[in-house]
Amino acid sequence: MKDNKKTYWKGIEQLSNDAAFIKNAEREFPESVTEETSESSRRDFLKMMGFSVAAASLAACEAPVRKAIPYLNKPVDVDPGVANHYASTYINGGDYCSVLVKTREGRPIKVNGNNLSPVTNGGTSAQVEASVLSLYDEARLRGPKSKGENATWDQIDDSIISELDKIAANGGNIRIVSNTVLSPSTFKSIEDFKTKYPTTEHVMYDQVSMSGSAIANERSFGIKALPSYDFSKAEVIVGVGADFLSTWGSPIENTYQYAQTRKLKDKKMSRHFQFESNMTLTGSNADYRSMIKPSEEGAVIANIYNILAQKAGISSVSAQKIEKETISKAANDLWKAKGKSLVVAGSNDPSIQVMVNAINDLLDNYGSTIDLSTAVNYRKGDEAIMDAFINDAASGNVAAVIFFNANPVYDYYQGEKLVGALSKVGLKISTASVEDETATLVDYIAPDNHYLESWNDASPKKGQYSLAQPTISPIFKTRQAQSSFLIWSDNDDDYFKYLQNNWKTMAAGNFQAFWDKTLHDGVFENPSEVESVTLTFVGDVAAEASAINSNYKSGGDFELMIYEKSSVGNGSQGNNPLLHELADPITKATWDNYITMSVADAGFRLDDAKTKMANVTVGGKTLSLPIMVQPGQANGTIGIALGYGRTKAGKVGDNVGKNIYPLVGKVNGTQCLRVSNGVSVEVTEEVYQLAQTQTQNTFMGRETVIQEATLEEYKKDEGAGRFHPHVATWQSESGQVKPEELTMWQGHEYNGHHWGLNIDLNACNGCSACVVACNVENNIPVVGKQEVIMRREMTWLRIDRYYSSASNDVSDYEEMEKAAENPEVVFQPMMCQHCNNAPCETVCPVAATTHSTEGLNMMAYNRCIGTRYCANNCPYKVRRFNWFKYHDNDQFADVNPQMNTEVGKMVLNPDVTVRSRGVMEKCSFCVQRIQEGKLEAKKERRELKDGEVTTACAAACTAGALTFGDMNDKNSAITKLMKIEDGETGKEIKIMKNKRAYHVLEEIGVRPNVFYMTKIRNKA
Amino acid sequence: MQVTSPLRETLITKGKTVHDITEDICRQVEGKPTKSWMIGMAISLGILAIGAYAVFALLWEGIGVWGMNKTVGWAWDITNFVWWVGIGHAGTLISAILLLFRQKWRMSINRAAEAMTIFAVICAATFPMFHMGRLWIGFYWALPLPNAFGSLWVNFNSPLLWDVFAISTYFTVSLVFWYIGLIPDFATIRDRATNKISKAVYSALSFGWDGAAKTWMRYESVALILAGLATPLVLSVHTIVSMDFATSVIPGWHTTIFPPYFVAGAIFSGFAMVLTLMLVTRKVFKLEDYITIYHIELMNIVIIITGSIVGVAYITEFFIAWYSGVPYEQYAFINRAFGPYNWAYYTMMTCNVIAPQLFWFKKIRTSIVSTMVISIIVNIGMWFERFVIIVTSLHRDYLPSSWVMFYPTKYDVGVYLFSFGFFFTAFLLFSKFFPVLNMAELKSIVKSSSEKK
Repeated sequence: MKDNKKTYWKGIEQLSNDAAFIKNAEREFPESVTEETSESSRRDFLKMMGFSVAAASLAACEAPVRKAIPYLNKPVDVDPGVANHYASTYINGGDYCSVLVKTREGRPIKVNGNNLSPVTNGGTSAQVEASVLSLYDEARLRGPKSKGENATWDQIDDSIISELDKIAANGGNIRIVSNTVLSPSTFKSIEDFKTKYPTTEHVMYDQVSMSGSAIANERSFGIKALPSYDFSKAEVIVGVGADFLSTWGSPIENTYQYAQTRKLKDKKMSRHFQFESNMTLTGSNADYRSMIKPSEEGAVIANIYNILAQKAGISSVSAQKIEKETISKAANDLWKAKGKSLVVAGSNDPSIQVMVNAINDLLDNYGSTIDLSTAVNYRKGDEAIMDAFINDAASGNVAAVIFFNANPVYDYYQGEKLVGALSKVGLKISTASVEDETATLVDYIAPDNHYLESWNDASPKKGQYSLAQPTISPIFKTRQAQSSFLIWSDNDDDYFKYLQNNWKTMAAGNFQAFWDKTLHDGVFENPSEVESVTLTFVGDVAAEASAINSNYKSGGDFELMIYEKSSVGNGSQGNNPLLHELADPITKATWDNYITMSVADAGFRLDDAKTKMANVTVGGKTLSLPIMVQPGQANGTIGIALGYGRTKAGKVGDNVGKNIYPLVGKVNGTQCLRVSNGVSVEVTEEVYQLAQTQTQNTFMGRETVIQEATLEEYKKDEGAGRFHPHVATWQSESGQVKPEELTMWQGHEYNGHHWGLNIDLNACNGCSACVVACNVENNIPVVGKQEVIMRREMTWLRIDRYYSSASNDVSDYEEMEKAAENPEVVFQPMMCQHCNNAPCETVCPVAATTHSTEGLNMMAYNRCIGTRYCANNCPYKVRRFNWFKYHDNDQFADVNPQMNTEVGKMVLNPDVTVRSRGVMEKCSFCVQRIQEGKLEAKKERRELKDGEVTTACAAACTAGALTFGDMNDKNSAITKLMKIEDGETGKEIKIMKNKRAYHVLEEIGVRPNVFYMTKIRNKA
Repeated sequence: MQVTSPLRETLITKGKTVHDITEDICRQVEGKPTKSWMIGMAISLGILAIGAYAVFALLWEGIGVWGMNKTVGWAWDITNFVWWVGIGHAGTLISAILLLFRQKWRMSINRAAEAMTIFAVICAATFPMFHMGRLWIGFYWALPLPNAFGSLWVNFNSPLLWDVFAISTYFTVSLVFWYIGLIPDFATIRDRATNKISKAVYSALSFGWDGAAKTWMRYESVALILAGLATPLVLSVHTIVSMDFATSVIPGWHTTIFPPYFVAGAIFSGFAMVLTLMLVTRKVFKLEDYITIYHIELMNIVIIITGSIVGVAYITEFFIAWYSGVPYEQYAFINRAFGPYNWAYYTMMTCNVIAPQLFWFKKIRTSIVSTMVISIIVNIGMWFERFVIIVTSLHRDYLPSSWVMFYPTKYDVGVYLFSFGFFFTAFLLFSKFFPVLNMAELKSIVKSSSEKK
């Protein structure tokens, strides 16, 4: 080729190097003169097209714009990203809790207990924890209503005042109907209302009444009031049909006090006897639990009385003999613990309560465990007055009625009669915040604020006061009911001023300082109000005993015990999905009420939560409900919970379960939740699927899961009941080593914090407040009944409830699976164990779950691809998968409003991500709280102090069963509790001197950072 | 060329000639689709369509359309995955290991077996994909790709990641091996093609094969090298799949016997699937002279051996559970046999341990009908084996509070059908457009002096 250097010219022009030619030589068409000279070439066209396509596709990909609007004028106290806490008071009828409300950017997002309260001691309950969501309830009225139409406040005020004036002028009767009112200032506003309209009477009733106890105290001591109890001073506690840890009396207070006697301080604990027909939360914590029929409650008490009377040398009463070993045992123990014992009964029958008073008087318990001088105000309703009101109304003697946050059409046993009576009442007003069963029947609805939007005060008991302050301005056009009363009685003060003026009488010294302190603390104690009274028992025991004998005659196949659940309670928070999905502590069922029935009576056991329907007939009323086969249910008895079957609660709560208020009756003049006669149950063959979160009732004798001992054994050896597994190996001379000595990992070193959680199985009573607290704190979705049936509840923290097995033979698996007839119960809160050798961490293909330098097992949601391998490999099964998109999804809009409605979303904790579909989630030890605490300490250039950081569950625990803290901190509560030896700082395994502390599944060597303390039962 | 000992029975009967082989195999490729093929294709596409709807619902709504729950995080998805992977073992085993052992009887079956392997592995691979909560990122986050997320990297401790490597390697090698084997046959078809389009397509597919001695030499060395590479893979893939379970802490999963037991099970189910498919193909495509009773018998013998290994493994698991003294382990196995899923366990035992033992009878192992029935039974049994291991172990593990039952939904069935639809569609396409037997290799074992009998 090299030789070939010939050049071919295109023409003579090239040879001559013609300038004009060279200029065009490189062009495609050199001769062409027609080439366009326009500015855009084909290349430009392509460029433009490329740009347009790219721009169009970019524009199409743009995420929707969400506007975050900065403050124009920043409120003084509100800093974005910084939470504010306000002391306030949870009031729901007579239910009370002093609380600390956490707000973020002006939105209440969490209700915590107020540690400064001497009444509730920082405790909460499931209902209190869940109440923050009720604030953002979609069903709440947006404003006042007049005759079913939306109206303005001025319109309805004008009409109401003019109508009330007319009625008052004619002397027509006006009634204000409410549940128990705890607030002194509210009472005063009602008094003012009465002054303006003198024909007014205030009628109080309670869904579950305690009027019988008040009457009994009047008959016994001449004081018509309910006493304060102090369970913490009781060494022997006898409960007869009283679920005092869950619903009876003041459960938060009771739980706190009771727990103090169960923590084995100085190796001591109380002994608790319970006699009951339903398996209750309280009964499940008892050392001795005996099953009786509801009709036998009075007899059990009379029997106890007789044994004690014999010991005291006084005459006994006539009583139906009950053959129960535990009765004499309880009586003997009570006698031994004279002055340090307590007998409580759940019955509302004055006769029974007089007998109980007699026993407590005989035992010198007044003044030690019972304090009648510090009367409590929790239940002041009187069904006699309420019945009189309904009769008056029915006979046309009531001209106007104001339902002050009460819903008697639903929750009073005469509700149906009231519906008829209301048609004869000229003016009907309700202050309900939703158009509930009663409010739909009234002329005017003047919707009240939620308690988190209101000023208020409360006096739970004599000498104890607390303030409620608004933590958000009213979300809707609602108005405090008290303000309405003031306006209707022509008082121009707003309720805040009015309340403050009312409090001025209590201040000693500078009012502003007093006010500021009280508002900050939330509570105020005025001990001088409590006058100690000397009590002389004047009750006629023999007469009461014979009344009991004649009033309770068992008839028919079954007796019915109506009860309240600790979750849904009396149904007033019936539209709260957190409470509906909260598994009942005992039955572990959600979204339903049902007939609890013993295995013998039902004739079958639940098979994977599948059951049969049954028709219950009580006094001519028939209800169809599923059967919950319940170990520990007395044979021949059934139990059904109140609070269900709402029809006008809202999308969440409507038609969940059946309403059994109509089955409530009266015995001996007071409300009675026990029906001993005329109850028939017809079991049908219709199969029904219950939504239970736990279907296996026993722990199969697995000692590594539940470790327990009796008090006697524990006194001899602190480590009694502990299970010490060993692993066989050639590496040691004995051929066996402790599981923690074997590992294939190098171990972690924690030079900063090392977070740990200790759970005292003896203090935990299973109340489940922690579960709701965890749900609210961590934005955990509620998934609804269908998904619970699919076994996909999302709770990060669950409480495992185990019954003792029907057999003691561990190898007889079939018998081990069955619960005993009257089983011992143990509750085990179970959450991520934050294993040091976490099985989940090794198996994640994308390292989405990793270990922190502080011992936490962390979950990076954004990294998770959802293989669920970690959940499979978790020995504790605490990981939860987002099977669906639970937020902004119509499928879950009704059950999970907090992630699906504009209003509901306000409750979300901005510090915690709302997880998307397809990712795994689990307990984080409230890492957002840990980070916040650490940052706060860092800003102040100091070390983090123990107690500054705690998890939501530990904070919610009234019993103090959960202790969270830094195990590297020598002075932390958890270090002291478990007696972690010095010099263990930095090590992943801590050597503990407290022999009660153990790891669940110790032998698999995952080395959790969650510790459990053995369950101790005080029984021989 | 290799010499067949004259004393041995011929592997191809009726004295087929080299020309006959070409004719018999190319007939399917060159002819019009038969009626039975059309019917088969219509059914497969129908199943595929139903399955596609289930897959769509799964991806659109979330994993919740399946029946799994808080305790049972894997169920039909991973059961199907392991089942398909197991089936995908036979092809490479036949073509690679039997090639190394100079088992010439494999030549009649290796092409279809390999094709089956490829499709089965694809089916298997869809399940780890579909079972991911977030497939749209998971499909590439599970790969060790350099990224801009900071120091994020995959977790090399995770057996799932090992799976990714094991399956993708196995798939790649199997595919290449299969394709290399196809090249001379494509060339044959190309040379015979009369139609322009098929000529073009098959010339592209045959990569310019010229049939020169040098090309043949290269072809054979590549086949040997790939066989060498594929052999350890046959053992490694299911070993690694078994480690998904064996490395966990769950009773019933945490078992050191799993790797050999899974490999044996895989070969067991793979051979059964090959038999099921070959018996149909043989009949429909009239290949009785190439796939003879002798072949079927040999494969049935492999099934007896592997089935017995699996049976011994089942018994060993029980023994070890008792011998270990670990109560959870003991419970897990008692629960298999006597718990709520015992029907699955007994299905597995009957299908996998008892049914193949029938092949000890010569009459049964040389009967087409009984082979067909038992091969299907074996695959049902192997599906239940994985179901028993996965669901029965998970549903009752350490803490009794979390014990649950698992109930499949229609979407569990639907996505399983999707894999069947895909598998059969692909296999039918293969059988129509690709030579179902390896013509080039078969020609090496046909007697040069063949005469028609």
